[in-house]
Amino acid sequence: MITLTPKRKFEVPVQAACISPDVFKGKTLAEIGDLPVTEGNVPLKLSDLFEIKEDNADTPSITINGDVGKVKRIGQGMKTGEIVVNGDCGMHTGEQMAGGKITINGNVGGWTGDNMKAGTIEIHGDAGDYLASPYRGSSTGMKGGLITVDGKVGSDVGCYLHGGVLKIKGGAGRFLGYHMSEGTILVEKQSETRAGACMTGGKIVITGTIEEVMPTFTIDSIKPKVKIDDTQSVAGPFYVFLGDLSEHGTGKVFVNKANNPQMKFYEKYL
Amino acid sequence: MTELIIKNGFVFDPLNEINGEKMDISIKNGKIVKKVTSKAQVIDASGLTVMPGGVDIHTHVAGSEVNTGRIVRPEDHVKDVVRKTALTRSGTGYSIPSTFVIGYRYSHMGYTTIMNPSMAPLEAKHTHEELNDIPLVDKATYPLLGDWWFVLENLAKGNIEECARHVAWMLDITKGYAIKIVNPGGLESWGFGHNVHSIDDQVPNFCITPREIIRGLVKVNKMLNLPHTIHLHTNNLGIPGNYSTTLDTMRAMEDLSTGGEPVAHITHVQFSSFGGDSWGNFKSAAEEISSYLNAHSHMTVDMGQIIFTDTTTMTADGPFEFTLYELSGHKWVNSDVETETSGGIIPFHYKKNNAVNATQWSIGLELALLVKDPWKIFLTTDHPNAGPFFAYPRILAWLYSKKARMLTLGHCHKKAQKKSLLPSIDRELTLYELAIMTRAGQAKALGLKNKGHLGVGADADVAVYNINPETTDIAASFQPVRKAFKHAAYTIKGGKIVVKDGKIVGEANGKTMWLDVQTKEPCIIDEEMKRKFREYWTVEYDNYPVFDHYLHDPEKLTIKAEV
Repeated sequence: MITLTPKRKFEVPVQAACISPDVFKGKTLAEIGDLPVTEGNVPLKLSDLFEIKEDNADTPSITINGDVGKVKRIGQGMKTGEIVVNGDCGMHTGEQMAGGKITINGNVGGWTGDNMKAGTIEIHGDAGDYLASPYRGSSTGMKGGLITVDGKVGSDVGCYLHGGVLKIKGGAGRFLGYHMSEGTILVEKQSETRAGACMTGGKIVITGTIEEVMPTFTIDSIKPKVKIDDTQSVAGPFYVFLGDLSEHGTGKVFVNKANNPQMKFYEKYL
Repeated sequence: MTELIIKNGFVFDPLNEINGEKMDISIKNGKIVKKVTSKAQVIDASGLTVMPGGVDIHTHVAGSEVNTGRIVRPEDHVKDVVRKTALTRSGTGYSIPSTFVIGYRYSHMGYTTIMNPSMAPLEAKHTHEELNDIPLVDKATYPLLGDWWFVLENLAKGNIEECARHVAWMLDITKGYAIKIVNPGGLESWGFGHNVHSIDDQVPNFCITPREIIRGLVKVNKMLNLPHTIHLHTNNLGIPGNYSTTLDTMRAMEDLSTGGEPVAHITHVQFSSFGGDSWGNFKSAAEEISSYLNAHSHMTVDMGQIIFTDTTTMTADGPFEFTLYELSGHKWVNSDVETETSGGIIPFHYKKNNAVNATQWSIGLELALLVKDPWKIFLTTDHPNAGPFFAYPRILAWLYSKKARMLTLGHCHKKAQKKSLLPSIDRELTLYELAIMTRAGQAKALGLKNKGHLGVGADADVAVYNINPETTDIAASFQPVRKAFKHAAYTIKGGKIVVKDGKIVGEANGKTMWLDVQTKEPCIIDEEMKRKFREYWTVEYDNYPVFDHYLHDPEKLTIKAEV
């Protein structure tokens, strides 16, 4: 029920972890306006950067109208409520999110949904690198929840995935699902190589194309369809690869048979 | 010069046998004195506990391992970011804090002296650069000499005296304080992918056994009159059933003690007191180790107490870190420091609901409580191997309050609860005993004449805690006392108030202590030795030593050796 509109174009990164329904809850407009943000190295108040309005209509908890591509950590750690961003959104959106929903009608920067535990992020545009990945160095990434992307995603998406579902309607960059141990990733267009490197569990489903599967994977079988989550399963047939054997992994990579004729030679090993 | 008087505190000074007596402590020019003039600044300590500044005998705070640990663990720093204030610098914490934060956090707890226990001689310059940067505490560092080629060669040939001169030279050129031995023989073997599994295994290429290395270095330590004993990390550390190796090690040194004086310090003894023969039937051997320690006086030990948290293990014991890597599958750093030592780093999360971790937690406390004489066992976490040092107040609470430890035990894995000896131990340590375990005993074991006590002439390192021993039952109300230990009411370093009410209020540089051991004859540095440097080290002999100017605030302790 709060609407934020940027007062100007941001030139340097803005840190605004305070933009979250849990933080705004129970605060007056003036109190919300006083919440701390930093622009570059300058500490400011939220009202210095945003026009803040309240409307009592039955709208999402927070609506942001405008380009906030430089604004980081929107919805950090949020547990309830909904954020809608009508424009591009910056890095670390929905970091450590534990519930609620974020909808982005635009593109979003890197590290979106990192360390996410639950909730939903809907991206009606492209997403950057490290979507749903952990903080640098950490070995526990996204643990639960759902992220859907209408466009394409960057590299290292779903690193150390430990639960939850990623549905990507566009293509994906390299090292998709690197070191993942649980959870599901669906890519509907072209995935670049090295999908599932070091994976120890979980599944990656590629209904589009992929040039090759890592040599540390072995062909297991051909399956007619695969379940993504409780609401969706996709029809194949799929080549099923097991790996990553260099990590004694039991992860599965499903590759659409019809779209990847270059993998036909695997059939002789079945 | 500055004068200070701490009035009416309850003083606990075990080295001078003062147990909670109400008295004044006078300070002048950074030393404890008998009397000060009426112009002295007064600290009203009525109703407060006064102790000597804390001494930590074993804490990995500086050097290449610590720094590599920092590099591989950004996720550790992000959860503990420290902002700058008018007086203090910014930094990061958790298990491997930045240098300044280490100094601040020790000072918060009333600690004033810390010992960095493991320094590859080749990395001595780096270690001293980091030690220079740690404020508010005095420090020293122990070079790793147990697998150093010249030591092994001399001991194998039986040249104890030449070995002693070599060690004296090494202490001088690395600006070290004591002889550190890690998994003797094991580190040299690790260079070839092997380990030693008992104290009588042969070390490859050297015709020597761990027993001979340990005994040899105990003799060397005595010949050089070093203030501390040898500082020993035992063989087979961290392996189920290793308590028998630990007992063998302690027995191997029995005859070397004269008049019951300690000849060795076994560090983080919790990791060396494992019973059972696999992780499946893993159990505590605290009873065996503590009854041996109770019956003998030639050893001191420190706890290496487990804290349930996400921490970073780092040790020169490369083969042990490999075992941990196989157990955890976590990111692993492995290194072999030329002819000197090895090293490894692995992040590790000790969990209450893991039967082995919970039993380890229990072992540490069982040892501390079952060893009757607090002068023999000291409080450490082997920071950061078993947990970060700023968790010490939690350990203190487990020691002085049965209620506190039973509360934690109640959250542990059922299997560990069943095996633990803690329910049968009613002992609750007094403030006097805690003062021994955290300062007096450690200072005595280290041979620090001016630390760990408040007698006239001692360094004016004092900690004042907001604990009133007359009105507080520390065991029953353990939480406020734990809080008091976490945030000292005052920390005085070298006669200067540096912490007040848990906040840093003053600046002080800590000194780096090192030993200048004067041997009757100098160590022979011949062409043969220089040739070895040229062939086997990446550093030329001439570039090897740490020169005096490297230490910003050195305190040279001169010692006359018998060789």
